[in-house]
Amino acid sequence: MSRLGNLGHRLHRGEVSYDFVGKRKLWYGVSIVITLVAIIGLAVNGLNKGIEFSGGAVFTTPKTSVSTADAQTKTQGVISGHHDVIAQKLGNGGLRIQVSGIDGATAGTVKQDLAKELGVDANAISPQVVGPSWGQEISQKAELGLVIFMVLVVLYLAVAFEWRMAISALVALVHDLTITVGVYAIVGFEVTPGTVIGLLTILGYSLYDTVVVFDGLKETTKSITSQTRFTYSELANRSLNQTLVRSINTTVVALLPVAALLFVGGGLLGAGMLNDIALALFVGLAAGAYSSIFIATPLVASLKERTPEMKALAKRVRAKRAQAEAKGEEPQDAVPDAGDEDEPVEAGATASVGGQRRQPASRSRGRGRPSGKRR
Amino acid sequence: MAAPKKGRRSPGAHGYPGRALAVILVALVALTGGMFASGHTKPRLGIDLAGGTEITLTAKNLPGQANAINKANMDTAVNIINKRVNGLGVSETEVQTQGSRNIIVDIPRGTNTDQAVKQVGTTAQLFFRTVITEASGSPASGTKPSPSPSGNPSSAPSSSPSSPGKSGASARPSASPSPSSTTQGRAVTDALKADASSSPKATPSAGAPTAATPPPATGAANPSVPPAVQKQFAALDCSNPSQAANAGLGAKPTDTTLACSQDGRTKYILGPAQVDGKQVSGAKSVYDTQSGAGWIVTLEFNSAGGKKFADVTGQLAKQQPPNNQFAIVLDNQVVSAPSVSSAITGGSAQIYGNFTQQTSGDLANVLSYGALPLSFSTSDVTTVSPQLGGEQLHGGLIAGAVGLALVVLYLLAYYRGLSFVAVVSLVVSAALTYAIMTLLGPAIGFALNLPAVCGAIVAIGITADSFIVYFERIRDELRGGRSLAPAVQRAWPRARRTILVSDFVSFLAAAVLFICSVGKVQGFAFTLGLTTLLDVVVVYLFTKPLMTILARRKFYAQGHPWSGLNPRSLGVQAPLRRGRRTASPEAKEA
Repeated sequence: MSRLGNLGHRLHRGEVSYDFVGKRKLWYGVSIVITLVAIIGLAVNGLNKGIEFSGGAVFTTPKTSVSTADAQTKTQGVISGHHDVIAQKLGNGGLRIQVSGIDGATAGTVKQDLAKELGVDANAISPQVVGPSWGQEISQKAELGLVIFMVLVVLYLAVAFEWRMAISALVALVHDLTITVGVYAIVGFEVTPGTVIGLLTILGYSLYDTVVVFDGLKETTKSITSQTRFTYSELANRSLNQTLVRSINTTVVALLPVAALLFVGGGLLGAGMLNDIALALFVGLAAGAYSSIFIATPLVASLKERTPEMKALAKRVRAKRAQAEAKGEEPQDAVPDAGDEDEPVEAGATASVGGQRRQPASRSRGRGRPSGKRR
Repeated sequence: MAAPKKGRRSPGAHGYPGRALAVILVALVALTGGMFASGHTKPRLGIDLAGGTEITLTAKNLPGQANAINKANMDTAVNIINKRVNGLGVSETEVQTQGSRNIIVDIPRGTNTDQAVKQVGTTAQLFFRTVITEASGSPASGTKPSPSPSGNPSSAPSSSPSSPGKSGASARPSASPSPSSTTQGRAVTDALKADASSSPKATPSAGAPTAATPPPATGAANPSVPPAVQKQFAALDCSNPSQAANAGLGAKPTDTTLACSQDGRTKYILGPAQVDGKQVSGAKSVYDTQSGAGWIVTLEFNSAGGKKFADVTGQLAKQQPPNNQFAIVLDNQVVSAPSVSSAITGGSAQIYGNFTQQTSGDLANVLSYGALPLSFSTSDVTTVSPQLGGEQLHGGLIAGAVGLALVVLYLLAYYRGLSFVAVVSLVVSAALTYAIMTLLGPAIGFALNLPAVCGAIVAIGITADSFIVYFERIRDELRGGRSLAPAVQRAWPRARRTILVSDFVSFLAAAVLFICSVGKVQGFAFTLGLTTLLDVVVVYLFTKPLMTILARRKFYAQGHPWSGLNPRSLGVQAPLRRGRRTASPEAKEA
């Protein structure tokens, strides 16, 4: 089966691994840069808010041969006074014409005139008229929801896991949201209520991912103080690598339907609710997958390493390794791997693929140890 | 799928997979049966998929009525709007509250929506107020609060068989407490208090002496008009639509207030309300053939209202212009301000106001069902042609199908035979979701709209992820050297915890989203929450038992290369020694 399946195994065994936790400074740096870019983008560009935030109307026409530029001028001709008009071609050949700042009564006449100008049936045009405060209302509610959700989640994670994990998850979450908003500001995607929905969904999803990673982490480090072979960071990294396949699969499986939505929403229907939600989700999910691996877990490790117990453990581990070196043995655990006595099968059978990690000696020693870590 | 019987032999602690499967099968059959029994085999479609118009109204906070937006008032408003829409002859319209301050009106396709939009949003607060001062609409020409006899464009002939009895000079509202000087301001309030027992005047102003009007002590032209109102009046520009709309906003019925005429050409200072919409028992739109005034609206008062109206008009008739005018104020705008020449008895009145058949009909309709207890602004009006709705539905379905197909393909490529479990579980989950959504249509008025479809598509990922978590756990156990059956059992508690924790977070997000959201967001949150719950149900009652049963099949248990569980392709080395090796950990674990 798939090389990926194999990779999964090798990751599980620690035969291949990427030192996420060890290189955390690099990734923190990357994230800080991305976040800064996002914030600057937001400050400079601002968000391109849809008419839901300023009030206006959107007319969706059926298939027509009129070009967008034509439609734009024709619409300008139909309305009096200064209004921004944006026309877009939709995937089905129809047009989406957006006129800012008109109210329901005006929209009715604009629709009739527009139908005449474009040569389509007035009843086939679907108008949407939005009051100026509607988008505001939605965003306010969304902000409220955001705050409530964050408080609840931090509380929940603090109880179910521990406060360091809760903080890290929160940081990762804020990180995802900032990046998503930043992408919107920089690319200039339109922000609509659909975007707000998408953004709020990212909350759930980003945490979903993080929680699964943390769950593995919690399990791996359950009886960490009763051994002296690994520091917290090393175990965290090991746990990350073990759940990596799952993380990748989760992200792929989550992104596939969203990509389908984006494709169908963008291609077939043109702009609209589907597209808006899917776009926000797509950006947010990608950021979420990244942050739960590269940010959340290393952050937990950073926080954990500051606790006295973990400092003591790290000291013991170093001492032990020095001792082992003095004895002339190779530092068996340079790479956090091996030794999980759940894996006796491998013993001896797999010599020398990756150098030091596959030391048969260490292997057998590991196997013989009392099973302190056993569940 | 394997026969349930086989499950009986599973180790006691791990339950009876057959039973769980039976439970979910029964549930599925029951739901499907319910679907057909209730005659609803398809989910109810929302406006954006079926075509039609959706109007979102948001209650506005008005100064002076901070706590007005409450459940009781919202429910009343829903009731009234419902009646109004039905009054238009629109069937199948649905009016419901959403959140604490929004009302959603769903009107199916094929109705005159422009009319409906106007109708549902109108507050229709009707007051009959006396005119204290009138002036031309813009401030430049009429800053003086003097009774200038400007052309009142909206005023039609007086609202009754007029007898030319213009009695001259009389009752300025000096503080005479006699019930005869009911013209304005403080005096009126006093008068009402004074005669509360002597006449059936049930105006809403009774017992509201808190009106902000300071007692007029000066002997100015209009002693009852507070200086603040005077000042506002001077500044008021009725030709500016937003100023006109806000004139007198939030004034109590007992206040002296200002208002513009509907066409913005005239502005008024108006005395306290004498009769209000609550005393109107019926309204009709009629074509006035007698005087040739065109379409008018006739009002029927209830007995208290009729009596009061007669009293007030009787007194008005004695006043001089413009104080003999009676302003008919609808939502803070003066529809018309006819002058009164004699008492109008008989409990009815007419409103003249340059109506067309439609506008008079609309006004009659809103007046007959009473005023909304709150003011609403129209936040969103979305009209979707059936064609566009169809396309959106189509698009949503395609997106769902493509998304599902991609996920299945990926699972198949990665998990091979195991993906059978995942795909069947997804199908069961989808079937449950579909059946529940369909049944929720008639049950709680759930309508599948575009965001809900979107939520369902997004949920494919969450559901599939639960299987991935479980499969990866099983594979971890296999890598640990176990054979399949114990691996499936051992992987379960760990996978279960992960699934519960992550689904809980996902559900929490959906719940918070549902509670703190407005508009279509709720549809999305609802589907997401529903599918997350179903995910747990399916994993517990279907995926796990199925896995347990399949673990005993040769195809899976012996790690057929296509089973997705082949230890060799999972990278477990030395498969030859597996038998021996597995024995030891199992023995320890047992």
